[in-house]
Amino acid sequence: MEALHEKKLKYLEEVANRIREAIIEMLLEAGSGHSAGPLGMADIFAALYFHVLNHNPKKPDWPERDRLVLSNGHICPVQYVAMALVGYFPLEELKTLRKLNSRLQGHPHRIALSGIETTSGPLGSGLSQAIGISLAAKLDNKKYRIYCVVSDGEHDTGNFWEAVMFAGKNRLSNLTVIVDRNNIQIDGYTENIMPLEPLREKYESFNWHVLEINGHNIEDFVYAVSEAKAIYEKPTAIIAHTIPGKGVSFMERDYKWHGIPPNKEQAASALRELRTLGGRIKSEHE
Amino acid sequence: MLNPDLKLNPKLFEKNVEMKPTRDGYGDGLVIAGEENKNVVVLCADLTESTRSEAFAKKFPERFFELGVAEQNMASAAAGLGISGKIPFISSYAVFSPGRNYEQIRTTIAYNDSNVKIAGAHAGVSVGPDGATHQATEDMAIMRVMPNMKVFCPCDAIEARKATIAAAKIWGPVYLRFGREKSAVVTTEKTPFTPGKAEIFYQSKKPQVAIIACGILVYNALLAAQELEKEKIGVFVLNNHTIKPLDEKTILEMAKKTDAVVTVEEHQIVGGLGGAVAELLAKRYPTPIEFIGMQNTFGESGPPQDLIEKYGMGVKDIILAVKKVLKRK
Repeated sequence: MEALHEKKLKYLEEVANRIREAIIEMLLEAGSGHSAGPLGMADIFAALYFHVLNHNPKKPDWPERDRLVLSNGHICPVQYVAMALVGYFPLEELKTLRKLNSRLQGHPHRIALSGIETTSGPLGSGLSQAIGISLAAKLDNKKYRIYCVVSDGEHDTGNFWEAVMFAGKNRLSNLTVIVDRNNIQIDGYTENIMPLEPLREKYESFNWHVLEINGHNIEDFVYAVSEAKAIYEKPTAIIAHTIPGKGVSFMERDYKWHGIPPNKEQAASALRELRTLGGRIKSEHE
Repeated sequence: MLNPDLKLNPKLFEKNVEMKPTRDGYGDGLVIAGEENKNVVVLCADLTESTRSEAFAKKFPERFFELGVAEQNMASAAAGLGISGKIPFISSYAVFSPGRNYEQIRTTIAYNDSNVKIAGAHAGVSVGPDGATHQATEDMAIMRVMPNMKVFCPCDAIEARKATIAAAKIWGPVYLRFGREKSAVVTTEKTPFTPGKAEIFYQSKKPQVAIIACGILVYNALLAAQELEKEKIGVFVLNNHTIKPLDEKTILEMAKKTDAVVTVEEHQIVGGLGGAVAELLAKRYPTPIEFIGMQNTFGESGPPQDLIEKYGMGVKDIILAVKKVLKRK
């Protein structure tokens, strides 16, 4: 991973905004899907695909590539958009999300689309799969790193904590978990549904190294990823505090936007906001 | 008579027939598979000794992973290994795996097409004193219904070893079913084992009924065949170790030659071997069938052999089923 210059940082922020626009467009076209999570993770996915990951979009099966495991598969629109923008497949294909014969399944499927590392959607098992990949890397003396994006809501599952315990016990230092701490899940706010706090202490007590960042600050995220690489004796959890629906003011922080797409008017309003950077600039797309 | 071409155990019908649990065959097979291929790894959920994963763990400690009582994590961690060039075997009791981790197996192993082998030990009521909580009688059904999954239920410890070694060489998800209790060694080293190929273990001069069996009850089916022979009722006994993909050709041949079938399994009569045979014959060659197995009930604690008899899977029950199906011809 190269150093993050100011110019690159600005570029990544622009990419994040483009990701948000494309998410709104594809959700409108699909007519179903999740809005809040994908928008909230746009900054981190811009950073992952355009800076952090050691990968080659033209060779998705390159054995030495870093592995990105998306455990909370329902936010796959953000991953699809980032993958298309970075060159895994044509942007045009984003319109096929959730449609018949599409490679872009409603929840990501490894067999359907090259570059998707694992099939996910049912919550709680992505970290387990990342653990398996991590063990394989250690057995084969491979240097690639494993990044696993998880939601906060999936910490409700027993399976997830089975995996947290195992990774801590086995000191899986090639594994970095990125927790999308947006405080919402389908039925409401996480601390009402099933309180997770103190989350940092929970991870630490299972022998993890923990970093907490503002998930919309790309510089902080890139710095956290670098620090995780320097921790040799533990897996690292980056708790990324994010705003669900980030960038679209009427979606931000409202759990009702967890599992629904915008309608035509809402999409137009969201795109106007994103293209004018919240009214700060004029948009030519009006 | 026993099929001479298959080199079955010559002492099969003697009182002192060798007895060995099929899970032992799994343990032996793991070590051989591990020697043959360095990518074979074993994961276990706090049942290393009783699933017979111990020998592998001792021989290849760097390729053995203890997960604690965490079958869901075990299934999906194995899925991650299986898509990264490894050949993971996951060992537990069948009630827990594939019982407790069904969804993880579905999403991350079967749908994900990961090269994972699921070993379910302690299947059937012959688990004995532990009782119904530990006696898996639905495992073949839930694995057979799953796309991409292959299902094996070996008849003795030797076949269990061969099936384990074969599973490591077959690409993709496989379910292997084993028993806890010692059971008769029916085959020998020379008996052929080909995944997906059922073998005629016993054939009378004039077979009137085809007994299609799997697992440790193949032995009971053979004992029943011998008794029936004395009463001048001729049968085939088919060892159908591969429940999926089913050897349709051989089963159809048997059905066409006899027009009467009895299925025998230590499992619910729906969804497993009986279900698979019934689906095939209903489609291709409707034939009267009697089903030996668990009749929509759970087991209980008790001595293994007594449980087999109480739940209608003894030699006498097979004989009665043969006579019953004969009348339906």
